[in-house]
Amino acid sequence: MRLYARLIVSLIYKIGIEDWRAEILSSLGAVYYGGLSMKRAMFALALASALLSGTAGAKTLRYANQGDLKSLDPYTLNETTTNAHINNVYEGLVRRDRELKIVPALAERWENPEPTRWRFYLRKGVKFHNGEEFTADDVLFSADRIRQQGSNHTTRIPKDAKFVKVDDYTVDVILGTPNPILLNQWEYWMIVSKKWSEANGSAAPTPPNAQTPSYISLNANGTGPFKIESHQPGVKTVFKPNAAWWDKPSHNLDDVVFTPISSDATRVAALLSGEVDIIEPVPIQDIQRVNSAANTQVLSGPELRTIYLGMDQTRDELLESNVKGKNPFKDKRVREAFYKAIDIETIKTRVMRGLSTPSALMIAPELFVFSKDFVRPKFDPDGAKKLLAEAGYPDGFEVGFDCPNDRYVNDGPICQAIIGMLARVGIKVNGLIQPKAQYFAKVLKPNGFKTSFYLLGWTPNTLDSHNVLYDIIGCRDDEKSARGETNLGGYCNKQVDALADQVLGESDQAKRNQLIKQAFQLAVDDYAYIPLHQQALAWGVSKSLKLTQRADNAVVLNWIVKD
Amino acid sequence: MLAFILRRLMQSVLVLVVVVLLAFTMFRFVGDPVNQIVSLDTPAEQVAEVRKSLGLDDPVPVQIMRYLYHVVQFDFGISYQFRQPVVDLLAERAPATLELALMSSLISLLVGIPMGVYTALRRDGFFARLFQSISLIGVSLPTFLIGILLIYLFAVTLGWLPSFGRGQVVTVYGRWTTGFLTVSGLKALILPSITLGLYQMTLIMRLVRSEMLEVLRADHIKFARARGLTTHSIHFRHALKSTLVPVITIAGLQLGSIIAFAVITETVFQWPGMGALFLKAVQNVDIPIMAAYLMIISALFVSINMIVDLLYAFVDPRLRTTIKN
Repeated sequence: MRLYARLIVSLIYKIGIEDWRAEILSSLGAVYYGGLSMKRAMFALALASALLSGTAGAKTLRYANQGDLKSLDPYTLNETTTNAHINNVYEGLVRRDRELKIVPALAERWENPEPTRWRFYLRKGVKFHNGEEFTADDVLFSADRIRQQGSNHTTRIPKDAKFVKVDDYTVDVILGTPNPILLNQWEYWMIVSKKWSEANGSAAPTPPNAQTPSYISLNANGTGPFKIESHQPGVKTVFKPNAAWWDKPSHNLDDVVFTPISSDATRVAALLSGEVDIIEPVPIQDIQRVNSAANTQVLSGPELRTIYLGMDQTRDELLESNVKGKNPFKDKRVREAFYKAIDIETIKTRVMRGLSTPSALMIAPELFVFSKDFVRPKFDPDGAKKLLAEAGYPDGFEVGFDCPNDRYVNDGPICQAIIGMLARVGIKVNGLIQPKAQYFAKVLKPNGFKTSFYLLGWTPNTLDSHNVLYDIIGCRDDEKSARGETNLGGYCNKQVDALADQVLGESDQAKRNQLIKQAFQLAVDDYAYIPLHQQALAWGVSKSLKLTQRADNAVVLNWIVKD
Repeated sequence: MLAFILRRLMQSVLVLVVVVLLAFTMFRFVGDPVNQIVSLDTPAEQVAEVRKSLGLDDPVPVQIMRYLYHVVQFDFGISYQFRQPVVDLLAERAPATLELALMSSLISLLVGIPMGVYTALRRDGFFARLFQSISLIGVSLPTFLIGILLIYLFAVTLGWLPSFGRGQVVTVYGRWTTGFLTVSGLKALILPSITLGLYQMTLIMRLVRSEMLEVLRADHIKFARARGLTTHSIHFRHALKSTLVPVITIAGLQLGSIIAFAVITETVFQWPGMGALFLKAVQNVDIPIMAAYLMIISALFVSINMIVDLLYAFVDPRLRTTIKN
């Protein structure tokens, strides 16, 4: 052993190579942190774009996404990429159209005769991919299944909602409390076949601690426009059109090959070289490159997610600050000063390269009609300094800042810009910018909200304001209630809570919007949060495609037409 | 001899246990796996339930013991992300990694050895200097940069080779997928195996060169010259042969690191191998995959080292007597 070890050492020494382990470690690090700037250098190196486009013929759509399609079980994971993918195969009672409006799908129509009773008339003649007829039993089964342990979509249906089969094609839903936005998250409550699931040992969603592999996570049997031909988790998934679909297809595809490509540079290269037809997302710094190529372009539009800053307003002393004995963020003037110190236009032009929509509200303008009535306070560093002085911090103070660097578009650079902007008004911000796995582990509820100042993004999964008022802006003082669970800073205004409760029960849309507006106004006046912007969607697509980009970032295969 | 092998086996088991201990200590710092399983708006009680069901609220030593208990029964658990047995996921991806590693080793040997010989024989020639400079690039440029450079040149600009994936693969012997049997599979192998093998290639080239230079000064070569043998015969029959012993050792040992450090190359080329799976698992805090991968790689290193040790004992009579005593 010793002899051979000495031999190796002497050999490595002889050929004069320094510690190769160090080289490997440093390149590992560089993949994580230096990837972006390196890539820019690569573009300068890339010569003229003599692009070879892929083969035509059978209409094959080749699609690459940053994220994996991890499980085919529609109840296992609740995240945009997975939901959107699976929705091509499984369908809900309702679906969203190109403008995100709720329209009938497996339910032909529905009525709400009493506030707590809904009746759904199911579409007749719909068949699952294996030929089974779709009936009320499948709806009842799916309603139970999605609320069982192991499901990550339990919040899509109220716990106390009872599903009653009236006949094979009519289902009544009895609610404990009125809920005018019951249907809002049902597009991703996807109906699975009762018979098929039970026959294949998948009657319950696979819990994370399962000891046996789950059949439904590798196989699919939906009613949707596409079937799964083959699925290798994290490697490749092939979709084929479902000839027996109940609706008229809008696509003209013969098959769809989906590959996850996690490396940004490789994903862009695959699009430019014509090996794939559509990629999501295009990194901001590559947008020009994709647009200037002959055969590709970037489709962009505002996304529904709102990126914002939050401040700890509950602790009597901040966890990470040099101010002792009191919490500066409890003073509204300090929060206002932070807000005014941030130059959102510079973030938009420099960090986001124009691909963001500055926001005055905690919800995207597409999702709330009165958004236009709210405007951001002007960028005013001098005013911010004055406010800080009035609050007793003429020389500013120090505060810790938590920020993810792989969760939102350019999240790390946004945080760096914010640190610089706050420095100009005298606030020394100690940024802790880290990967999302560590970031979320630190700041979320299970760890006790250990943050003083943070950046987060939020899309209400109901696409409705109540979710924001309840989850983000609602008080989190009641241990038993789920209100305010993602209110990491603990802002609390009982009036907002009261309004949110009224919003939940109000079915008159006009009145409801007024209530929402009042609630948002209270939070805005309190400087509860500092909304930054809605980031932009950026899909890189081959010019041979015609498709619809929906603001929730779902790639709907049925809307893709290939020349 | 048997005692020696047994002793080495015991040591190997010890190494594996230490790897598990280290890995589990590290997992504390990777992040919270539960956050990756649930979504941001999952009710807190449900989050706590998931945590409990996975045993993540137990103290670390308990978690380690439980893991070891399962591992000795060859049960590596179920991936948090895919809800599939880790063994299946890794087995499905092993062919991709092994084929890539094999191809890279071949390239590094087939190109590295001739280049090394050439640079040793024509020390001051133009090409020798050129090869030397190229080898410097191989040693100093990080793998991901070489990979991206090759992609932009051969996939985007020239359009000759694919930028990602394995191309068309064929399933042979039931489970093994191979890219060797199709044109697109072979084309897809070229860039990643060059990227992965470049470092080994330069290593071997430099090794062959320095060994060769040394051997050429040795007595038996001088004697061969004195006998009037042809230069060709001296260089390739006598000098190269005695050069190759350390080269084979290094190449064998490096095979382990090629497989282990394919992580970066696989990620850049979206190569569906074990390394890419591991990196994704790190990002998603998928502990069962991370732990199993680390175990496999350390088992690989341990067994390669053991084989090399045994071979040495076999080849070198002096060592054999030491072992006996």
